[in-house]
Parts: sequence; structure tokens; C-alpha cells
Amino acid sequence: MEIIVNGEQREVNDGITAAQLVEDMQITAKRIAMEVNLEIVPRSTYAEYTFKPGDKVEIVHAVGGG
Amino acid sequence: MTETVKDSPLVIAGKTYSSRLLVGSGKYKDNEETRLATEASGAEIITVAVRRSNIGQKPGEPNLLDAIPPEKYTILPNTAGCYTADDAVRTCRLARELLDGHNLVKLEVLADEKTLYPDVIQTLKAAEMLVKEDFEVMVYTTDDLTIAKELEAIGCVAVMPLAAPIGSGLGVQNPYGIKFIVEELKVPVLIDAGVGTASDAAFAMELGIDGVLMNSAIAAAKDPVLMASAMKKAVEAGREAYLAGRMPRKRYASASSPVDGTFF
Repeated sequence: MEIIVNGEQREVNDGITAAQLVEDMQITAKRIAMEVNLEIVPRSTYAEYTFKPGDKVEIVHAVGGG
Repeated sequence: MTETVKDSPLVIAGKTYSSRLLVGSGKYKDNEETRLATEASGAEIITVAVRRSNIGQKPGEPNLLDAIPPEKYTILPNTAGCYTADDAVRTCRLARELLDGHNLVKLEVLADEKTLYPDVIQTLKAAEMLVKEDFEVMVYTTDDLTIAKELEAIGCVAVMPLAAPIGSGLGVQNPYGIKFIVEELKVPVLIDAGVGTASDAAFAMELGIDGVLMNSAIAAAKDPVLMASAMKKAVEAGREAYLAGRMPRKRYASASSPVDGTFF
């Protein structure tokens, strides 16, 4: 199925969890936050959270800023 | 000896800080420069921005929060780049998740790209939404007293008028306006943005504000670490001068040495 991650279309396995997605992207160890269709997905729920086709996923982190 | 005036510490959202200088983490060459300049500034509250992560393209990219660890500093996520209340609120929700429930945020909603002036209408809306969601909001705004009072009434924990446009380094453009805000508000008032060099920071503090937040003045200096140290001293000096109370201005001279006892 296709989901959109940080503005890019991405082909992923059906039923992929947030934890698996983060692992595939090699950002497991980082301090990140995730939002799906404008709703926050708490980090503690990544293992159970499964995506649906067309989900709009945003994964963010802290960068330098004033 | 006369007794020296004692300062009361800066308290924001119930937390006490010994430094009145708050710094941003943007525009540095690398994380090491960020770390060194932040340390030299003595700041305890450090702003960060929230942006999309690299998704696999640069797996080894260093993490900003390794240079400024949340265990050591109070991390203040900002809503920089937001032009609507909705985007600002969305950014704050992500920031709270990113920082494990830490709910202190710097709200800024911008009006246009050229001036980066605050859009106070959207800022008021966003502040209301954020306070309802239990965020502790330090808010970037104009030097307008009416808006500042309204932001305080909404429940913002600090009101932060600009000295001059973000990144302009022009120094305090409306000192009398800033003084109105300082005198009328009960929450801490900080200058956010527009300071260019140490004398600007000292001048700002002499107005009686509770602190200064800056980024470019340090990061865009030729030697950011040295400028960070200069700003630390300037903010302390300005605060002390404010507490000490400056001498009145006079148009003509007044000799410091006695006139009596001259032998010539």
C-alpha cells in the first residue's frame, strides 16, 4: 500500500506498524515525534500503531532555531 | 556601606532561572559551535525549531539535542515559520511529543516573510488554543501594549516583544513602548529578536525587562563563542544598572571633584 511520509509517497507492506516504519528509515534511536493525518501518535504506541493506505505521516525532530 | 539592591530571580511558569539571557540554536556552523556558544552564554533556556526528519537519506546526521541535552537545558521549541494559528498549534503538539510531554513553548506566528513581523491576530488565536491545551506559552509579539496585555490575560507565561525585526540586529527601536509593557504586565517581559551587539542587550535590560532572547546576534558574529560571553556580561550589566537606578540626565556639566579647597 502507499502512504505519504514527510511529503513523499512511499510503498510499504500492508499492516506496517509505526515502529517498523521508523526502523526502516533508520531513525529508531533518534528523538522524533510522529503525526498521522494531523493526530499525534505517541512514541509509546509505535509497536501497535498500524497505518492505513493513504495515511499522511509526518516525522519531525528538533533542529537549530531561534 | 549602603545596602546593595538584591535582585529577585527570573521565574517562568514556576521554574526559577539564574540567567536572564535566553538563546536560540539556529545559524551555527555545526553542533560543536552550538554547544560551545550555548555554554559560553550561560543561558539555561534554549530555543529549537521543529522540522521534518531525514528519512533514511542521512542516517548518520548528528542530533541537535546531543549538543544541547534536555537534561541540562530547558528546551524551548518554537513555532518559527508558522503563518497561521493552526500551524503553530500543530507544531507545539509535535514539540510536546518530541520532548516527552514538556509543555513550555515559544509561540510565534508571522505576518510576512520580509519583516517576519508577528501576526498578532493569529498569535492571539493560537495563544488561546494552546493555553486551553495546557501549554505554557512564551509569546513573541509586537511592542504594542494592548496586545501584550491581552496575551497576558489569555494566560501566556511570558510576553516577548521584539526589539527590532528578527535577525536585523538593529537594537531596541521603541524603548518607551517596551517600558509601557514592562510597567503594566505582571508576567515576565522579555525582548525577543532584534538585538545586534552587547550594548543593545545591556540597553534592553536597562529598560527593566526580565530577560533577552537572541540568536543571530551570537550565531552571526565573527566569533560566536566570544559574542556569547559578551552577551552574558551585557545582560548581567544591564540588569544591575537597572536595579542600581541611573543618574538623572543633565544638559550641563557637574564637577566630580570639589570646588572648595582649590589653591590656585
